[in-house]
Amino acid sequence: MGMTMTQKILAARAGLPQVVAGQLIEAELDLVLGNDITSPVAIHEMKKMNNQEVFNKDKIALVMDHFIPNKDIKSAENCKCCREFACKHEITNYFDVGEMGIEHALLPEKGLVVAGDAVIGADSHTCTYGALGAFSTGVGSTDMAAAMVTGKAWFKVPSAIRFELVGKPAKWVSGKDVILHIIGMIGVDGALYKSMEFTGDGIKNLTMDDRFTICNMAIEAGGKNGIFPVDDLAIQYMKEHSKREFTIYEADEDAEYEETYVIDLSQLKPTVSFPHLPENTRTIDQVGEIPIDQAVIGSCTNGRMDDMRAAAQVLKGRKVAKGVRCIVIPATQAIYLQAMREGLLEIFIEAGAVVSTPTCGPCLGGYMGILAEGERCISTTNRNFVGRMGHTGSEIYLASPAVAAASAVLGRIACPCEL
Amino acid sequence: MKAKGHVFKYGDNVDTDVIIPARYLNATQGEELAKHCMEDIDKEFIHKVQKGDIMVANKNFGCGSSREHAPLALKCAGISCVIAETFARIFFRNAINIGLPIIECPEAAKAIQAGDEVEVDFDSGVITDKTTGASFTGQPFPEFMQKIITAGGLVNYINEA
Repeated sequence: MGMTMTQKILAARAGLPQVVAGQLIEAELDLVLGNDITSPVAIHEMKKMNNQEVFNKDKIALVMDHFIPNKDIKSAENCKCCREFACKHEITNYFDVGEMGIEHALLPEKGLVVAGDAVIGADSHTCTYGALGAFSTGVGSTDMAAAMVTGKAWFKVPSAIRFELVGKPAKWVSGKDVILHIIGMIGVDGALYKSMEFTGDGIKNLTMDDRFTICNMAIEAGGKNGIFPVDDLAIQYMKEHSKREFTIYEADEDAEYEETYVIDLSQLKPTVSFPHLPENTRTIDQVGEIPIDQAVIGSCTNGRMDDMRAAAQVLKGRKVAKGVRCIVIPATQAIYLQAMREGLLEIFIEAGAVVSTPTCGPCLGGYMGILAEGERCISTTNRNFVGRMGHTGSEIYLASPAVAAASAVLGRIACPCEL
Repeated sequence: MKAKGHVFKYGDNVDTDVIIPARYLNATQGEELAKHCMEDIDKEFIHKVQKGDIMVANKNFGCGSSREHAPLALKCAGISCVIAETFARIFFRNAINIGLPIIECPEAAKAIQAGDEVEVDFDSGVITDKTTGASFTGQPFPEFMQKIITAGGLVNYINEA
């Protein structure tokens, strides 16, 4: 029986000729990731282990990104714990203030993940790297601790759902709209325990940043991972960013999928997720009159160059509506610098937005844009759960950077085509 | 091993942000996290919960972030077992890895009501609602996961290997 792309990577990393859905395997890992929230718990767990040496100091990445520059004393203690650990174990890929970026934008940019890799990260959005043709999935801190020592992790081989993408997206339709559409269609547990494998001719019409965004939110449909085939664009990206050898795996023609959905990208419209679940989607023409108090443009989902450019295209020469706070967060230092060189930061500031150093801050209600009771935010982030960005009586609407920027200008949820 | 206690019942998609809001994630100790467990959807939970109590919910329990702080907060709040129709996959792994027993059982999740007294036998997977007399059989763990649970979590399992 044929294997899916994910199954092929897992078989290879487990040293097996063949795996089937449901099989429990142990796979060798190419990278183990943690951040300033999950790593301290992992470090604490590791201290209980008989063997406390890391398996490979080059294959662990520690990225301080959630609550830094530190928002309070406890956050500072957590980063200090990670810093001391990184120093003691000579961790090559430790990223602190000045070098850090939001982990899932940073790792591909630094060339730390390539096609064929098996990666775990103590962060649910680790599934982002499927855009490069890697198997990557989120785990918890104890899994991270074990993997830092053993270099391995156990997996139940997932079954898969295939999404065949055809056609070309219309203007103002981005990767974010594609994935919100899919989550709206299959629900927040529609891909529970499964791989989401993207195929089809339409892929050539999606940029790498679109693909990162799509894979990033696989977890919001309950997915174990999201994965794209490796085409010329992905190869070009890896060659530009990494010196590592990569391995391209392709799904077998007779691979088994639990379901196949065909999605015509040309038919999609800008899409918004209403509170309090990402599956509560409506197309922009069905939104109605929803005034907003805040717009956040950034995160591991939408803080990349494409996102900065889309937001700037909308905000150029315009002003953020009175009474709306617009917060733009480039995801990495390199993106920040590039946005500066292209004059995008100037556009944001002249429009009345603020530009922040890279941080996960507002996405998870950490800091840098917490909502008060009754406030509404349009956000390019990934979750709109109750209380996610602040008060339990606040509301989050998820959308693309273009829609968030247009909404900031008009003071209500809006399509850029209205401007 | 058995768990016995009164039931706290919730609906679909109980996410890790409501189990333990991110504003408390600057803490790493279970006891401190437990003080804020479930407060965004049930302010009374932490005042009412007794050691050994059981949580029952519908589908996709623990969806959202990978924070291990979520199962840790539940465990330290006194919850002895979570029964749900389905669990989100990272929560599932985390619960096993830190030694919080969980059982998938759609029938039990639907039938058991808040306040019922429930007993769970982890060896047989049998869930008994002492209040109504109804009994259900949950999904047994694969042998490999049972070994991790028996060892008391992933760290002990690796130490013993």
